[in-house]
Amino acid sequence: MLTILFDGIAYGMLLFVLASGLAVTLGLMNFINLAHGAFAMAGGYAAVVLVNKLGWPFFAALPLAFVIPALAGLLLERTLYRHVYTRPHLDQVLFTIGLVFMSVAATDWVMGSQQVFVQLPRALEGRFEVGGVGIGRYRLMIIVLCGLLTIALQFALARTRFGSRLRAAVDDPRTAQGLGIPVNAVFSVTFAVGSGLAGLGGALGVEVLGLDPHFPLKFMIYFLIVVAVGGTSSITGPFLAAIVLGIGDVAGKYYMPKLGAFAIYTIMIVVLILRPQGLFSRAPGR
Amino acid sequence: MSASPPGVLAAALAERLGQRARWRPIEIAFWVAAVASVFLLPGKHIILAEIAILALFALSLDLILGYAGIISLGHAAFFGFGAYCAGLFAKHHLINEPVLALGAAGLAAAALGFVTSFLVLRGSDLTRLMVTLGVALMLREIANRFDELTGGADGLQGVGIAPVLGSFAFDITGHVAYVYALAVLAILLVLARRLVHSPFGLSLRSVKGNALRASAIGIPVNARLVAIYTVAAAYAGIAGALLTQTTAFCSLDVFSFERSADLLLVLIIGGTGYLYGGLIGAVIFKLMQDWLATMTPQYWQFWIGLLLVAIVLVGRERMSRWLDAARGLVRLR
Amino acid sequence: MPACCSSIQGEIMQRTRTVAILAAVAAAFALGSAQAQVKIGLILPMTGQQASTGKQISAAARLYMQQHGDTVAGKKIELIVKDDGAVPDNTKRIAQELIVNDKVNFIAGFGVTPAALAAAPLATQSKVPLIVMAAGTSIITERSPYIARTSFTLAQSSTIVADWAAKDGIKKVVTLVSDYAPGADAQKSFTEAFAKAGGQVLAELKVPLAAPDFAPFLQRARDASPDAIFIFVPSGQGGTFMKQYAERGLDKAGIRVIGPGDVTDDDLLPNMGDAVLGTVTVHHYSAAHPSPMNKAFVAAFENANKFRPNFMAVGGYDGMHLIYEALKKTSGGTDGDALIGAMKGMKWESPRGPMSIDPETRDVIHNEYVRKVEKVGGQLYNVEFATFEAVKDPVKAQKK
Repeated sequence: MLTILFDGIAYGMLLFVLASGLAVTLGLMNFINLAHGAFAMAGGYAAVVLVNKLGWPFFAALPLAFVIPALAGLLLERTLYRHVYTRPHLDQVLFTIGLVFMSVAATDWVMGSQQVFVQLPRALEGRFEVGGVGIGRYRLMIIVLCGLLTIALQFALARTRFGSRLRAAVDDPRTAQGLGIPVNAVFSVTFAVGSGLAGLGGALGVEVLGLDPHFPLKFMIYFLIVVAVGGTSSITGPFLAAIVLGIGDVAGKYYMPKLGAFAIYTIMIVVLILRPQGLFSRAPGR
Repeated sequence: MSASPPGVLAAALAERLGQRARWRPIEIAFWVAAVASVFLLPGKHIILAEIAILALFALSLDLILGYAGIISLGHAAFFGFGAYCAGLFAKHHLINEPVLALGAAGLAAAALGFVTSFLVLRGSDLTRLMVTLGVALMLREIANRFDELTGGADGLQGVGIAPVLGSFAFDITGHVAYVYALAVLAILLVLARRLVHSPFGLSLRSVKGNALRASAIGIPVNARLVAIYTVAAAYAGIAGALLTQTTAFCSLDVFSFERSADLLLVLIIGGTGYLYGGLIGAVIFKLMQDWLATMTPQYWQFWIGLLLVAIVLVGRERMSRWLDAARGLVRLR
Repeated sequence: MPACCSSIQGEIMQRTRTVAILAAVAAAFALGSAQAQVKIGLILPMTGQQASTGKQISAAARLYMQQHGDTVAGKKIELIVKDDGAVPDNTKRIAQELIVNDKVNFIAGFGVTPAALAAAPLATQSKVPLIVMAAGTSIITERSPYIARTSFTLAQSSTIVADWAAKDGIKKVVTLVSDYAPGADAQKSFTEAFAKAGGQVLAELKVPLAAPDFAPFLQRARDASPDAIFIFVPSGQGGTFMKQYAERGLDKAGIRVIGPGDVTDDDLLPNMGDAVLGTVTVHHYSAAHPSPMNKAFVAAFENANKFRPNFMAVGGYDGMHLIYEALKKTSGGTDGDALIGAMKGMKWESPRGPMSIDPETRDVIHNEYVRKVEKVGGQLYNVEFATFEAVKDPVKAQKK
């Protein structure tokens, strides 16, 4: 029972790191980025290539799994995404679905279509028991790492100069610009960090979620649910939503294998129906 | 206008509506071409039947997206529901005659549309995207769950479709399938034309333009949205039922996200808000997809994706301006 | 032939000579191409989650044609590869188009059971032989008299796993299969055979086909504390399963993994890590099968592609062989009844070992090997250590 809880939390934490970037772009920049999973996939493949092909240690590959998608995100943001910020949501949806299709086919071409895995250090394999609760080492590592990230993220948004600039830029870009805040640069950096976080989540998730070129499509819905249910006005909302989703998914499959996914969609719809405007109060006016 | 007596106003309005609803030469040409394809392209009837079904499905999305401004990423919910209804009717010999079954499947999908329409009345684009997507995924899970009835992941097996109107049996060459699908499409398009050119259609446009103002001038916004969503669901359900009937098969894929996403692409290629967008888009999309998939079976998705990105970056408005010369002839508004 | 026709034509009608030549050449060409060409429509999942199956089979089919030439019994073989994304609706439409428009003489491929089932009625209607190169549910070949199979059936390996496990001291088992037809087949045949051999199945778990996280299911299996888990997942998912099996510490808890060889798929095995060492599976093909023919096949395959051939590849390779040999027997005749008749009872040596087509059921008969994952030359392989010869599909044998 507690093992299930533990697994669920680890799964939820992972989902949060994967989706947090989406929460930022969607919540703060009001941009529907369905291609978010593509950055996660990029991070995952970066880790796989570094560890398996080039023989890097797993932990040394993780920072690069952040940096590579972040750079890719920055590049795409500068060249493509920025043209779409002010477009209607329909355009954003089409644009990012197009990117997903391209990334899936391109990855298939470059990396092959079979599932890939990453070689883990010995220290992360297996599990140990504490008071009858089975604790997987790898999942424990995920919880610790993602927990630290969450705290750092919350701190960065709430306490740092950059965080306040970002919030100002989002609330009223024109005034912020007038006050000398480089709005475009703030958005670019935010987008890059969001992509990087997704990449890091992708790298961490290879072991738990599996990785193949179909990844962005397979998990897009989960990311969206996290953000949609959690709301986008803070980091805490998506965090809680991710944890609940993680536990719900794992427990649902454990206790009612046939209804697991169904329960999650139902919860999502109910939440959205009860609080449609509340969760996305930023969206309609702009 | 406001000074005119009510009777004159009504007459002027009726005339205006009549003008809008008149059949344009290019529309007639479109249908002449469609009918000609029945005789001139007998070897292409299989893909043409599929195009006709996709066109009907896209027409359904156009009704809610182009005329009511509701973005949906889960329109496959109704398509799939109609598909499974038609499959189950035929499999269990509840309704054998395909046309009747088609109507029944449409009604069933309409009922589902009516119920779920209340979920999309409020909320932002994103909320609607998620809710529509969620409904489609839920239905997929349900279909998977009740595998004794639906066959689960194996698809609905053993569907035998009776001859249309008791005399035209579906054949392997797809002739009957195409003529049947085309006829259904034509009838439903005529109905949709009438609908959007009626005062009801006009009021929808004003809702799409600005829901707040629309309600201020006395249009019951929610009732209008519920009505059009229900009609669109019926159309999608009929499209799904057509797919089941013409292929004598149906699988969980009818609910898939990819189907809904492709549908958006189809409609965007053709353009929204003038009914023919879905039809033209379906022709272009299917032929392109078929060609790409033949050229590169493994990586055709890449080019479809590239096309989407290009369409958005070039700008739909700009593209539609380029096409305006052509479209102006067809445009009905 | 065009030359002779044109000269006759030329003598008769001097003035329209050029036109006549052209017409005659065109006619001869049309006639010739209809006679001298055999088209094979290969319908495979080249995109989507089953894409690796499609890649394996198409690569193997191309390799076969490269090795054996593209002309058989005077006919030129043309291969048309189409992507169905493992979506049965697409499979059916594509098969129909291939048959009606491209006038193919064979349809082949079929990455998953639902795809094969969807296309089966078309084979009957059109009398075009349908060669199943991948899908593994028993009932497929019963859906049309024009279906032959060169892949495998899950019951073949599952029953043998059961016998072998019972003999090896495994008494309690939890089964864990993907929730679709092949999974049900595997689970049913294993459970029946295992019960007969005196074993006990503690729980039967079904994983949704599209749910890649096995953690909760593995936890359930662990909580039942069996001696082993019997596992079937479609080609491509085995890696995730084995990873999570090890992560969950089931190996340390003494719970073994047994099952058909899909779980230690050759395609994924090299990346699975040492946790899979010692896993025992039963299957009809291993890339490490020690025959000279297989060694040549694997070398040629790896040379042409970046990956190792798996059991899907060998299904595609043998499928092409079956088509070639059937055409030889009919001297290039493309009548569906004659071709399927020629296939019945055909025997040959395949990279997997000796195999044949059951003359009664048109299903595959081949050896099943018990294998253990070991390191060979620093790479993980399924090393065969016991053989069950000429295994027929037990599901059909039972029905008789």
